[in-house]
This record gives sequence, C-alpha cells and structure tokens, in this order.
Amino acid sequence: MREIAAEITLGPVLFNWPPDLWRDFYFRIADEAPVKTVYVGEVLCSKRAPLFAEHYQAVAERLRAAGKSIVVSTLSEVTQNLDRKLVESVAASQDYLVEANDASALPQLTGRTHYIGPFMNVYNERSVAVLAQGGACNFCLPVEMPAATISALCRETQYLDATFEVLVFGRMPLALSARCYHARAHGRTKDSCRFVCENDPDGLELRTLSGQPFLTVNGIQTLSYDFLNLIDRVEELRTMGVSRFRLSPHSCDMVRVATAFSGLLDGMITATEAAEALVGLNLPGPCSSGFYDGKAAVSRRLQ
Amino acid sequence: MDDNGYVRPDLVCPAGTPAALRAAVDAGADAVYCGLQNATNARNFPGLNFTPAELEAAIGYAHVRHAKVLLAVNTFPRAGEFALWRDAVDLGARLGADALIVADLGVADYAAQTYPELRLHLSVQAGASSPEAISFYCEKFGVKRVVLPRILTVSEIASVHRQIPCEIEAFVFGNIGMMAEGRCSLTNYVCGLSTNMDGVCSPAADVRYEEDAERNLTTRLGPFVIDRFTNGESAGYPTICKGRYLCSARAEPYYAFEEPVTLNLSALLPDLMRAGVTALKIEGRQRSRAYVRAVVSAFRNAVDDIMAGRDATLASLIALTEGHRETEGAYRSKTWR
Repeated sequence: MREIAAEITLGPVLFNWPPDLWRDFYFRIADEAPVKTVYVGEVLCSKRAPLFAEHYQAVAERLRAAGKSIVVSTLSEVTQNLDRKLVESVAASQDYLVEANDASALPQLTGRTHYIGPFMNVYNERSVAVLAQGGACNFCLPVEMPAATISALCRETQYLDATFEVLVFGRMPLALSARCYHARAHGRTKDSCRFVCENDPDGLELRTLSGQPFLTVNGIQTLSYDFLNLIDRVEELRTMGVSRFRLSPHSCDMVRVATAFSGLLDGMITATEAAEALVGLNLPGPCSSGFYDGKAAVSRRLQ
Repeated sequence: MDDNGYVRPDLVCPAGTPAALRAAVDAGADAVYCGLQNATNARNFPGLNFTPAELEAAIGYAHVRHAKVLLAVNTFPRAGEFALWRDAVDLGARLGADALIVADLGVADYAAQTYPELRLHLSVQAGASSPEAISFYCEKFGVKRVVLPRILTVSEIASVHRQIPCEIEAFVFGNIGMMAEGRCSLTNYVCGLSTNMDGVCSPAADVRYEEDAERNLTTRLGPFVIDRFTNGESAGYPTICKGRYLCSARAEPYYAFEEPVTLNLSALLPDLMRAGVTALKIEGRQRSRAYVRAVVSAFRNAVDDIMAGRDATLASLIALTEGHRETEGAYRSKTWR
C-alpha cells in the first residue's frame, strides 16, 4: 500500500448561510479545527455566490494564516451564462487549487494540477486515468460508491499518482436538478426565489404522506434526511488507500466533529471513543452508514 | 436546409425489444436506440433489451430499411468491473452499430482509443449541459453528437448549438425525471440499486400498491410512501421525483419536485428545428410496441409536415401521456425552474 499522509478535510458549505455567519464559521475553522484542507466556494447556485464575495478575502487570509490549504470548488451544474461565468472565474484562479464538480471546468483546468469533486461521475480506474492525464491528482468519490468499489478503485489505480477522498460526515448529496425546489416549496421560481433557502441552515426537510422524514431540499439539490457518519469505518478506508476524509459543514459544532475524526486518524483516541465524542451533537436527523455497505442507504441507520 | 430555415432532423426512437425496434423502423424512425440485457445501459429493466444475437438481427433489419441503430452503453462501470462495458463496446463495433451512446469517461476513452472510426454520441447521462462541458468531450473523445439534458430552454439550446463543434440531440416526448440525468442517487438511497452504476430507476421489485377499505390507493417505493390516490384518481408509478410530500413551507401535501406529467414538445418542434437540433429523441424503451408505433408515426408525420411547410398536428399524442397530462418542462421558459 502507498504511504500517504491521511488528513481530515472540510468540504464546501452547501447551504445558504447568512454571509456573516458564513465568515465567522470559517474564522472559527481557521482558529480551532484540526483540518488541513478547507474547500470553499459555491457549488450549487450561481445566484448565491455574490452574497459571500465581500468575505472571501478575509476568510482566505484567516485560513492561510492558520496554515490551511485552500481549495476552491466549482459549481456542480452549469446551464446559464451566470453559471458559466462563475466557473470560468473560479477556474482561472492562479492562487488556489481548484476542485472541478462538472466537466465545464475541465477545459480550463486541463494541463495544471487540480482536484475532482464528488459531483463528477468517477466510478472506475479508466475514468481516473483519463482525468489524471489532464492533471487531476485528488478525487473525492461519489457518495453512492460502496466500500467494495472504493477498495477496487484504490487497488486498480495504484500505478497512478492519485489520492482519494471520501465523504464521511454530513447529509448525503443525492440529486441535482435545474429546478430550485426551495423556491418551489415557497411557491416561487428560481429567478424569483428572493433567497428563501437562507432560512434552512441544514436544508428543508421533506416528509412522506405518512409523516416519515425522508429527504432534504437545498436549492437545486436533494440530500438525505439522515446524516452520513463513517467514523467507525475510517480505519478500514485508510487500509484501502483512502487518504482524505471529508466533513460536510452543517450548523452543528463542526470543530467538535473535526476534533473527533482527527483524533481517531492521529491515533489519539479509538473509534469507539471518537464515535462517543459525536454523541450529543443535536443533529437534525439520525446517523447512517449511508451507501458504504452497498445496501439501501435508508436501511443503514445507526442506533 | 429548406426555405423555412429548417434542417431535416433525424427522428431517434426507443427500442426496448426487437419487436419495438421493428415497429419503430416500420413507423418511420430514422434511427433507433437500444441496449444490451445487463447493467451497461440506463434502462436495465427485467424483460427489456437485446441479446447479442437479437442485436445483430435488429441491425440487419434496420439497415435494410435505411434506419440507423444506436447502441446505448451509457452507465458508469464500477471499478474492477470494466470488462462488461468493454465487451458491450466491442460487440457494438463488431456488429456495425451506427453509433455508441456513452456517458462514462472511461468507456468513452476505451471506445475512442480502440475504435477511432466508430461514431460516439454523448449520452444524456453524462449531464453535459454547457458548451465548455460538451466541448471537453468532443476534443477528448471525438464525440460527434451530444444528447442534451432536459434542463435547457429552447433559446439556451440555440445558444449552445452556436458554441459547440458537434450535433445536438434533444428529447421531445416521453417520461421525464425531474433530476438532472446521471446525477441522481435517489433510487440507490431507497432501494440499494444505482441508476448510474446499475441502470435502474424505481425498480418494480420495490414497488407496492396498497388499497384500503375506501379504495384509496397508497403507492410505496421500498419503505416510503410516494403518493396516495383517492377512489377513482388514476395512480402513477411511484417514482421518487414525482411523489407528493409534506414540508413546513406548505399546508398541504404537494409535488415537491414535479407532477406526474409527460414531456411533449410537439408544439415546439419548429423552434427546436430552427435552434439547430439535429436529432429529435423520443423516450420510452420500457414502452409497448403499440405505444412506440403510435408515437413514432405521429412524430414522423409532424416532422414531414413541418419540412413541407404545413402545420403539424399532434393532438392524438395526448392520449399517450402520463395521466393524460403533459408539459414542456424546462424547454419553454425559465419560469419552470
């Protein structure tokens, strides 16, 4: 197995948090969270991106001063000209590593070192090889990839200089659409949304007609209601060759989450202790091992 | 191009079975698309699709009648299982398929490297919706045609057309999912089978219909209620993105994603043809031979009418739509979003 230093990473904020809260979140991450790599950037809605523009500089400086590596994530779905301009400006950045979440960013990124995000469909060794040829070096795998496939992918790509990252904490991204479901829930459209998504820091919950919590809506994105939590699988993933473990930001205490995962990875605490450290986070949904075992994710709730 | 500014488009029709393929060709399809009986295509449903021998016979049948056969190899292989997709590409090349419809970067790369003369179409499952994304596939793999995601307006399609080096195929009729193609794990979340990797969406084995004493019908997918219908209401197939749900922003249950409707762009055909769409695609590989015959005939007449400068009438299609309700989806206007 390749010897690659393992690390905890913090994925981009998927939700439309108030800009000041967004800034303060990253300030606290910079000051207190034991993560090395922090992904920033709007990945779902080009209308939201300007809301945070006034804080980008300060957030980047604070993260940098704290020794964090910054990676900017691109938009996951690109249809309108506004979307294209956002991708173009992010991909043009010479100061940061860029993570591509859609093929739209690839023409600009080809030939320089870049990352591939979890919204790109990379499921097999030949896809990894194609992208690695163009300069991709880190791959955050699709959330629905089961352990057996993650293991096979790491094994089949050992000859490449590629690292793999897996989402281990947070609501699971399940689908993208051109339609904004947040706007639809409030009787509006994407163009007339008036940023109604800002009221739901962890997404808007959908229940079935029998009242069972089911999914979560976040703009054009649909997520799980359950929270993925793979803290008891980190060691196994590490053995397979996964070296980066991504936490997806939520309104809960993310420093505490990062500290638990980091302590486990550094061998300071056991998996059982790490799992216990995550109890009492007051998450707005149950924890789940998600797609990891290759079974229906909804049947994988953790007790 | 004729005097009206129209380029005669190919009518690309679904063939879930050899019988449907013959019906589509006989009804005037310029091309039919089909898949093999395994996970290599995005309609991997029981009772559908072609054995290698059936594919060979079908290509013969179509070619004699000057129709093309497009083989869909448009799912994403799991790591370590690439051989099944490689075999599908090899078979398509060997049997003389007119094009392969691919979505996965690795499959596209294998096909382009191994069979440089074989025509590649980029599947809607690749989700390439911007000129930059489409151009990436064209330059990397020599893709000749892109099947556009059903999330663009006609004017956006026209704009894309001007900026890409390949042909455009657009869906004009049939069942539409609300999620961007190739980017939906909802079925996997509920049922444990992946749309991207296994070619499965809302598998019949996980569907339940439950009727109560008042004859109200509840539909379920796995453990989840997807919709309820009162006595007499026509019940739709339980697809997650077409279900009714509850949320705090609504007093009543609502279709959180989309109502169960059928995409019908017959009224927009002239606009699509002027927008530079080279091929008009009809969805429905899971549909019966009779359905395929009716829809293909109607669109054959409509396209021929438009090319001849006549008004096209497609009123008979409404009977074939889901719940007899239709939509123009994203195509007409941005307010759909």
